[in-house]
Amino acid sequence: MKKQKNTLAGLQKRKAISGYIFISPFLIGFLIFMVKPLFQSLYMSFCNVEIAAGVINPVFCKIDQYKFALTIDPNYNRLLVEEFTRMLTNSLAIMVFSFFVSLILNQEFKGRALVRAIFFLPVILSSGVILGLESNNSLMAQLQVNIQEAASGISITGTLESILRTTNITWGVRAFEEVFKLIDGIYDVAIASGIQIIIFLSGLQTISASMYEAADIEGCTAWESLWKITFPMISSMFLVNWVYTIIDFCMRSDNQVIDKINTVMITDINYGLASAMSWIYFVIVMAFVGITSLLISKGVYYYD
Amino acid sequence: MTKAKVNPNGDFWERNRKSDGYLLKKTVLKYFVSIARFILLFGMCFMILQPIFNKISVSFMTIQDLNNPTIISIPENPTTENYQMAAKLMSYSQSVLNSFGIALAIAVVQITVTTLAGYGFARFEFPLKKFWFACVMLIILIPPQTISTSLFLHFRFFDIFGLIKLLTGDTINLRGSALPYFLMSLGCMGLKNGLYIYMIRQFFRNIPKELEEAAYVDGCGTLMTFVRIMLPDAKPILTSCFLFSFVWQWTDGYYSKLFLGNVKLVSTELSRLVDSLGAFLMREMGTTVTVPLSYSNAILSTGTLMIILPLIILYLFAQRGFVESLSSSGIKM
Repeated sequence: MKKQKNTLAGLQKRKAISGYIFISPFLIGFLIFMVKPLFQSLYMSFCNVEIAAGVINPVFCKIDQYKFALTIDPNYNRLLVEEFTRMLTNSLAIMVFSFFVSLILNQEFKGRALVRAIFFLPVILSSGVILGLESNNSLMAQLQVNIQEAASGISITGTLESILRTTNITWGVRAFEEVFKLIDGIYDVAIASGIQIIIFLSGLQTISASMYEAADIEGCTAWESLWKITFPMISSMFLVNWVYTIIDFCMRSDNQVIDKINTVMITDINYGLASAMSWIYFVIVMAFVGITSLLISKGVYYYD
Repeated sequence: MTKAKVNPNGDFWERNRKSDGYLLKKTVLKYFVSIARFILLFGMCFMILQPIFNKISVSFMTIQDLNNPTIISIPENPTTENYQMAAKLMSYSQSVLNSFGIALAIAVVQITVTTLAGYGFARFEFPLKKFWFACVMLIILIPPQTISTSLFLHFRFFDIFGLIKLLTGDTINLRGSALPYFLMSLGCMGLKNGLYIYMIRQFFRNIPKELEEAAYVDGCGTLMTFVRIMLPDAKPILTSCFLFSFVWQWTDGYYSKLFLGNVKLVSTELSRLVDSLGAFLMREMGTTVTVPLSYSNAILSTGTLMIILPLIILYLFAQRGFVESLSSSGIKM
């Protein structure tokens, strides 16, 4: 009995060693390229980094860089708030949109493969620099606004918007404005939700059809089974998608805060300030992700 | 349902009457749903494809066509001049070659190491596993911008524990070469590598354990089992991850700008296309000129098309396996 236990321990040990060998590239990379730079950048954010003749000379200056970023820099605060609200509304819209689309794409209909291919096209086409180009082109954007203004008299959405604006709803004018912005920017939402659609679809396909059948026979309408079956079964996907959406948004190349940090670092060569700015941004985003995913994970249902 | 169509109408009404109008309600609802779905999907597909169509039509226009308000989508005098111009400005063939080489090599390296790590996380029990996996989640969550400052310095004054400085008296400037990025990819720290580890791990977890155990019983070692048994099974997910990696590397401007500033890549060339157009025209004319907005936009559209064309070809070839593998077995969380 004792001997058997020993061999088991030996096997477990061997397995543990193999496991470590398999993940060793990750471990080494993590320690060299992540831990060290992470601490270094944290340290640098408290420093005044001077670069002279190829020598980096960080001079400790407490929280001056943070103070500068938050109180003196004219743009950083504004950009931070703007990007945060944009992230909030866009992420919500992306979640709703991708859930809705994946529900449709999960149904059986003719030409489904083609439609799926088109919807996943943005995964490939909206990555990296291409995305930034469209929105960075401010002159183009101005032109677009002009065209829209000229055409607003004849567009259905424009008329609807103006009707809604003039109705006496005082409580929600700002909310309406946000919704209008989203509707006008539906292309951005569609473009950004490729991966989320894939994740939702993979979740939807794991739900067995017999569940819906049983519910149908018991007299459940499609609307009810959406709430009673589909939602709980893919609630874990909501969590994953929410986190992914926010992170994706934060790393997109058309993000103005990122742009600002890059400018400070590469053009102004102010490493300390750039580090401080990115840490502020990082902490805010992480806190937001942490709190919201905690809230969502309370509602996640695990089918075990 | 087909039966109702084939049979004469009376039969349908007969059956409808027998079912107290339920059949009619169901049929109408079904057709209504599919028509509504068609309109919705058509609209959304058009919305996604429209910018591409728009770019295609603009890319064939001459300056006269661009400024002619009566021409909207079909150019009057189709020309390929824009393509020649964009190709010249981006040094197209060279940058495509560079990008292709780098994206391919990086994708191979990244997928190799992430597969190893993903397999390790999926199939082995070892101490601190949860902690290390939390670290994987961390690298998914940390925006690269947070550490970019110090990475930048890390590679600007590259050194391995002070060894190189001891030997040559100075640190190496690795910036501007592709080496740092390869090193990072070797350590699973490339663009979105945490995501690949996560996806590959999820995939391996869904392969039945018996398969592996049978191989062990038959005398296969750990590595052999991995190469012979597990890898062939994981083809779909590896293909998708490879595609992701290739495409994201191809279009990535962030790491490219940070590490490969001197190498001509399609992504960096594209992002400064408008500036190079201005510079080119200035050289030609000899004076400062403001490039007409419509023209620079046309060149930009042409450039974008030329950059995404190889990707679209790749996507068309791999589309089926890519989409199906991802949505059927890829990511189960």
